[in-house]
Amino acid sequence: MTDTTFVPQPPLDYLHDGSTLRSWLLTTDHKRIAVLFSLSITFFFFIGAVAISVVRLELLTPAGDLVSDDTYNKMFTIHGIVMVWFFLIPSIPATFGNFLLPLMIGAKDLAFPRINLLSWYLYVGGAAFTVLTLILGGVDTGWTFYTPYSTMFSNTAVLPAAMGVFVVGFSSVLTGVNFIATTHMLRAPGMTWFRLPLFVWAMYATSMVMVLATPVLAMTLLLIIAERWLDLPIFDASRGGDPLLFQHLFWFYSHPAVYIMILPAMGVASEIIACFARRKLFGYSFMVYALVAIAVIGFFVWGHHMFVSGQSPYANVVFSFLSFMVAVPSAIKVFNWTATLYRGSISFDAPMLYAFGFLGLFTIGGLTGLFLATVPIDIHVTDTYFVVAHFHYIMVGGSVSAFFGGMHFWWPKITGKLYPELWARAAAIAMFIGFNLTFFPQFVMGYLGMPRRYHVYPPEFQVYHVLSTAGAAVLGVAYFMPLFYLIWSFRHGARAGANPWHAKGLEWQAPSPPPHENFITPPMIERPYDYRPEDVATARDMP
Amino acid sequence: MSDAFLRKPFENLERQHMAVSFGMWVFLVSEILLFGGLFAGYSVYRGLYTQGFLAAGRETDIVYGTINTAILMTSSLTVAVAGRAARAQFGRMAWRLLIVTFLLGLSFLALKGFEYREDIEKHLVPGAGFALAQPGAQIFFSYYWVMTSVHAIHVTCGLIGLLRLIIASRRNFAWLAGSASEDATALYWHLVDLIWIVLYPLLYLVGRSHG
Amino acid sequence: MDDRARKRELWIRPLLVWSGLCILLATTCALSYVPLGAAALPVALCIAALKAALVGAIFMRLFENNALNRLAAAAGPIWVFVMFLLMGADYFTR
Repeated sequence: MTDTTFVPQPPLDYLHDGSTLRSWLLTTDHKRIAVLFSLSITFFFFIGAVAISVVRLELLTPAGDLVSDDTYNKMFTIHGIVMVWFFLIPSIPATFGNFLLPLMIGAKDLAFPRINLLSWYLYVGGAAFTVLTLILGGVDTGWTFYTPYSTMFSNTAVLPAAMGVFVVGFSSVLTGVNFIATTHMLRAPGMTWFRLPLFVWAMYATSMVMVLATPVLAMTLLLIIAERWLDLPIFDASRGGDPLLFQHLFWFYSHPAVYIMILPAMGVASEIIACFARRKLFGYSFMVYALVAIAVIGFFVWGHHMFVSGQSPYANVVFSFLSFMVAVPSAIKVFNWTATLYRGSISFDAPMLYAFGFLGLFTIGGLTGLFLATVPIDIHVTDTYFVVAHFHYIMVGGSVSAFFGGMHFWWPKITGKLYPELWARAAAIAMFIGFNLTFFPQFVMGYLGMPRRYHVYPPEFQVYHVLSTAGAAVLGVAYFMPLFYLIWSFRHGARAGANPWHAKGLEWQAPSPPPHENFITPPMIERPYDYRPEDVATARDMP
Repeated sequence: MSDAFLRKPFENLERQHMAVSFGMWVFLVSEILLFGGLFAGYSVYRGLYTQGFLAAGRETDIVYGTINTAILMTSSLTVAVAGRAARAQFGRMAWRLLIVTFLLGLSFLALKGFEYREDIEKHLVPGAGFALAQPGAQIFFSYYWVMTSVHAIHVTCGLIGLLRLIIASRRNFAWLAGSASEDATALYWHLVDLIWIVLYPLLYLVGRSHG
Repeated sequence: MDDRARKRELWIRPLLVWSGLCILLATTCALSYVPLGAAALPVALCIAALKAALVGAIFMRLFENNALNRLAAAAGPIWVFVMFLLMGADYFTR
């Protein structure tokens, strides 16, 4: 209509769309909230890491010579509480999930942007209680808050610690509600359920668990608070209560919580493996069913935490059987990832190295889980380092490896910068070596009878503890390295294009970093993981 | 006109309304599980201490309990009609019904307060000097206090939600039909009623027919 | 149809449900004084379930709503049932 030629300015990317503190703290942009979450969980990751460093140093020698037994108990407790609720549970969902879910389904934002911001503030509220716990001298109940110790005997700051977990639970619930509603309501036209990336399916399955399990934990903690603070008889056996009821309610949440940690990791691994094997993901629909099956069956197995607690032996048999059931969909996933690699054109970039780490370590963690689901073996190794090693293979070997894999894979998308590849590969390899050195000896000493949560131990276990502490040092370095080179690359790294990996998936069709409402032109929707062998040539000349 | 109520990231109002009511339902499911944990504990102890629960259940005040049930049910009625009125573009009628609902909710809390005072006077707070000696009676009352106070917190949240609707729409009744908030708040309020419907037989109808 | 008639019509179905709820409330309250023995609790809970179903189906509009909301609503009772079932596996066999 007018004569003047109008050249549309590309919209500002989300990082530069407002630079005041207020524009960050009151943002409703899912990408900015993801960044807020990632900064907060990084902070807590290092608190948890410091706490466990003290534990590992103490365990260098059989005698209790570094810290007192009380301090030791507080250290492993704060490590557990912080790592479970303030790092692992929100780790992948609240950061990558928040950032990527709308991008991957072609939406402008999550369904309820303000609720999303509220989620972060609830996290901060829970975090404040946890910091208060630390200021008040810590808590020594273990992350499980078992009664009657937590309600009647512990002289530490149990109430603020329980309040912190109570509050942060609502952050999880709201994130879950938001993700479920977004996946149902905001998929772009043509993005059918069976075209969704597995990462989105993983977020959906995780959200189911968050919404259905977390409130039960909240109620359980409320009962603990009522018993400890108001002296109401609820679990106190001397007044007719049943401590096992606490364990049932606690594990009704806390076993599914393991799936809140591992399902997102499975989603991340699926994205990375398909991309760097340049292969269509093997058995897509089975992968989807397996994710949902794990989320659902995960609710039926909690009793395997109570085999020696005085639970009925018949219940033990039921829970043992159901725990074996959950291995079936998990195995389907492992086989399908492996089959995706078959005849793939594999490149060993840093995200892929992390994904390989995930695959191997998750498999070991999963298989040792079957040992623990077997009642007689579980009775032998209950409360030993065997259990500690098992769940660290799942949560750290599995989830944290995938978290770092995802961090590298989507770093160019999130920041618009490329990280130094060589450093990243070195960190990935160091993490794998450090992890195994830390936790493999724990399988051995656990099987030989070294109990968990003891700060002194018989000298014959020292060699394993020394190996483990040495491994933890390597692991610590491997965790610090990305902190430095990623921050460096954020300032000085080469600019990344929209799709540096030549990956499929809608998020790669948006600019890097994406603008406020994500897509400049509506994204093209294809079948998921539509990688073809002829893409290999182009993929090879990556920057 | 309808675009005034459209919020990011939705492209049409109908979808937005669907999303809000679906999102609210998902949240309500988590609320059901929250109380589910309490119901589970209650059931376990009721199985262990049947006689103690019967003896303790007799001590709750069935008059307050029944009147309060009727009040909540009526408030559910008024908020349900309010929603229907709003959708039929009878904004003023909807607004007035929301005020009635709010007042009914407030009277529920007031009656609950009187009931609590009576309970305390009857030494029904677990601990030293508790009125009943049967094993399990104190546990019944632990659950009584936790269940009713968690429910009262939910009533309070519902009242805040209703108040927000009333204030936000005081000059623009069309807001009630346009924005999805009315639907979400009403759903939440119904859930508060629904939970109470289940609590009522567990706390007030226990042991009435025995000596 | 004028506004008055339409407004009155808005009330019909909710009022029917409300009267149903009131009748059920009176019934369950009265029944609690009848010595039913072990049947007292199941009867009271069945009436509560009926009331809850009425509120859910009509007041919360699950009856007229889309299948998605019904599916979401069903998840709550189903998961509570799972909790009861598997906790029962312990408590009933101890």
